[in-house]
Amino acid sequence: MPTRQRAYIVEILTLLALIAAPFVLPHLGFAPATINRILIWGLVGIGFDLLFGFTGLLSFGQAAFFGTGGMFAAYLLTNTSFTNTIGATLIGTAVAGVVGYLIGLLALRRTGIYFAMITVAIAEVFFFLEFNPLSDYTGGENGLPGVPPPNLDLGFWSMTFGSNTQMYAFFAFWYFVGLVIALRIVRSPVGLLLRAIRDNPLRAQALGHNIHGYKLTVFVVAAMYAGFAGSLLGMLQGFMPPDAFMFHTSGEIVMQTAIGGAGWLFGPLLGAAVWLYLADFFQITLDLGASWKLVLGIVFVLLVVFLRHGLVGAIVDLWRLARPARPSAPPSEPARAAATRVQAAAQSRHKSTRSTSGPILQVSGLTKRYGGLVANSDIDFSVDHGEIRGIIGPNGAGKSTFFKMLTCEVKPSSGRIVFDGRDITAMSVSDACQLGLTKSYQINQLFDRLTVRQNLAIAALGELRGKFKLDLLKSLPKVPGLDPQVESTAALVHLEDRLDTPVAELAYGEKRRLEIGLALATSPSLLLLDEPLAGMSPQERVETVALLKAIAAGRTMIVIDHDMDALFELVGKVTVLQEGRLLVEGTPDEIRSNAEVQEAYLGGIHEEAGAE
Amino acid sequence: MFTWGNFISQCFNGLVLGALLALISSGLTIIYGTLGVLNLAHGAMFMLGGYAGWVAYTYTGSFIVAVAAGAIFVMLVGVVTERLIIRHFYARPHEDQLLVTFGLGIVFVELVRYFFGSLSKTVPPPQALAGITPLGFMVYPTYRLALLGIVTVALLALYFILYRTRIGMIVRAGIEDAVMVDSLGINIQKVFMLVFGIGAMAAGFAGIVNAPVVAVAPDVGDAILVQTFVVVVIGGVGSFPGAVLGGLIAGEIISLTSMFNPAYSYVMLFIAMTLVLVLRPYGLLGTVGRE
Repeated sequence: MPTRQRAYIVEILTLLALIAAPFVLPHLGFAPATINRILIWGLVGIGFDLLFGFTGLLSFGQAAFFGTGGMFAAYLLTNTSFTNTIGATLIGTAVAGVVGYLIGLLALRRTGIYFAMITVAIAEVFFFLEFNPLSDYTGGENGLPGVPPPNLDLGFWSMTFGSNTQMYAFFAFWYFVGLVIALRIVRSPVGLLLRAIRDNPLRAQALGHNIHGYKLTVFVVAAMYAGFAGSLLGMLQGFMPPDAFMFHTSGEIVMQTAIGGAGWLFGPLLGAAVWLYLADFFQITLDLGASWKLVLGIVFVLLVVFLRHGLVGAIVDLWRLARPARPSAPPSEPARAAATRVQAAAQSRHKSTRSTSGPILQVSGLTKRYGGLVANSDIDFSVDHGEIRGIIGPNGAGKSTFFKMLTCEVKPSSGRIVFDGRDITAMSVSDACQLGLTKSYQINQLFDRLTVRQNLAIAALGELRGKFKLDLLKSLPKVPGLDPQVESTAALVHLEDRLDTPVAELAYGEKRRLEIGLALATSPSLLLLDEPLAGMSPQERVETVALLKAIAAGRTMIVIDHDMDALFELVGKVTVLQEGRLLVEGTPDEIRSNAEVQEAYLGGIHEEAGAE
Repeated sequence: MFTWGNFISQCFNGLVLGALLALISSGLTIIYGTLGVLNLAHGAMFMLGGYAGWVAYTYTGSFIVAVAAGAIFVMLVGVVTERLIIRHFYARPHEDQLLVTFGLGIVFVELVRYFFGSLSKTVPPPQALAGITPLGFMVYPTYRLALLGIVTVALLALYFILYRTRIGMIVRAGIEDAVMVDSLGINIQKVFMLVFGIGAMAAGFAGIVNAPVVAVAPDVGDAILVQTFVVVVIGGVGSFPGAVLGGLIAGEIISLTSMFNPAYSYVMLFIAMTLVLVLRPYGLLGTVGRE
């Protein structure tokens, strides 16, 4: 993420490059019409990159929106009295957006390869609709000829962008506008959440975000970019070709982005430049005829195999190699850290609750069956405000299932969960988090490609912005209260010196602390910790127990762990689960001396049963 | 216009197309189920089968040799592709797998175009299966009837391999949990290679046996790939019975819609897919978590 003083450098460099391009590129062998086409593909690609590179949604159906927007604008300009090309372009964009919304509702029901397959199928339907039933409007296989070149009519002054150079100016202007908007989206809270969805959708949801809403948003945005570029395509060529709808068009958008590199916004432009240049070069200079596509296909496969992050990615890697590595911050003194932590803990916030005393969580008759297996059976459970509760039980006792039901990740088969006076049994995990109930996971669920600061910001945004907000153009650092919350949480989990380190470079213990930090940054009023000490060295355990004690001040927590010495030191009351049932509850001393508990742990005969 | 004779004959066409789609989709779905790779070059494999068969037919004049050549050649292509390229992508993200198989599909199609041109090639049915057969209530092209039989036998063979042999058991176990199979001391790498080969062969075999019905051309696999996706979405990813059921449903929808207006066959297919996605998001016979 660029710091604020360098914020506009990308925009300025792009502007300079766009101004220089028509003077430089022809000397490299680019035909003027090719340069204009590169801009159009680059524009589709910006939207596609937001969808694929930033959100991780690989659509093979962008042609549907490219074609729809283009056809709509072309129809307006050729078959109606509409002559305003910019107006037609904007209408084409809007129509593509509406179509994108409707298709998104369907395609986004699934993820991964299902999503890819559904987008392919939908795009193919559009192709057939264009070709046959709608051929009266779209010209069928002939397309729509006679699309006028772009014009600008200000009433007192008008201009037609007829020549290649004039068109370049027109397209370059719109490319720049498109890029500036995309950069703002990328730097907005939504932009960060899109990357969160790419890295770990389930955790993004568990941190209180409506990820379906954000996916639909970016899908519509990508469709609008495609529709916009499609509208310009008709004006560039003087006719709207039907092959804009073809699977190959979607494929080229995907391939150009992969060649250029996904996740940088510029990748598609660079990919399009390489692609169209090679196409010209193979066809005209080398006179390969129809086999240019074969050569390009081979080039593409080799690039995917050997150059994982595309050309922009390769350039960035080289740049990082060339520059000496920044020295990483030395770990700070434990004593100082402890002091900061206590201070930070005192400052750390939690959501206000309706009630302030008595039970904050009440569970009655909670049962979960997986087929014939009963993971949790008829559990009654209650936790008071300010209490620190421990849950223990042998492997397979149903502790994790119990936690998943409390946070609404798993729907109970029967029973009722009341949190702070509200029945949350049927709620979604993001709603539960918004109410102030969240969990740190037994196995780290982090956003691996982002920095510690970004990870904590994703968690904090859930509280600061709510479940869903379309602040697409707002700068992330301008979200009120974000920086203090991120920094105080980082101090609390002792990661204040690692804020700008990518998660992938953290040590295991640090990741474990960040895992707890993510839950804390949502300012929970009830915090669940699922085996916070799992996999830690004895030294790390001591530190983490100290951390948990610091967090515990003024907070309500439920902690699962197998390390009973550590747990008993921390909590006021312990609940023992065994084979999905609540065995016994009591103070640590009572539990230590309880015969049933000793039997459960030492008897050993039931240990293998059940699943966790 | 609508007549009962026409209707029944289209139902038969749907059955033939459906069985064919079922076979191709089974190939796609067992590859995905076992290896976790969605092979976007699967349509190109179908096309390669047709061309390999056509070449063999041109040299020998024998339809049986053509079918064998189509199936075996594509299986070899599958095995070699898996060894050289796909193998390196198991640990990479799904998106990379989609990109590389998509690129491979283009390379296959353009290679064929380079060597054989864009014009379509026909492989006539064997003499004994040419002409038409009276079925009492209607007459029907003999080869299409035979095709239904051939594809059914192929599907049964695939079923037998998957459900009645040791290797099939390993493949099905691999669909459930490949890591576990590997740690049981079974060489999962070899199994992967074999599965990719068998899956590709299903497409290649379908490509050549369908060649007497629809002439082969370099881009004949594109439409097949899209239809296969719909089949898999309807049936459920990774499910062999789902692929068969989805294939038959898709085949009937395409054929019966064509009776009124072929232009809408994709639209109807799409509506069916939408209904399944809304009512049963994991496919008719799919299981949660296989994606």
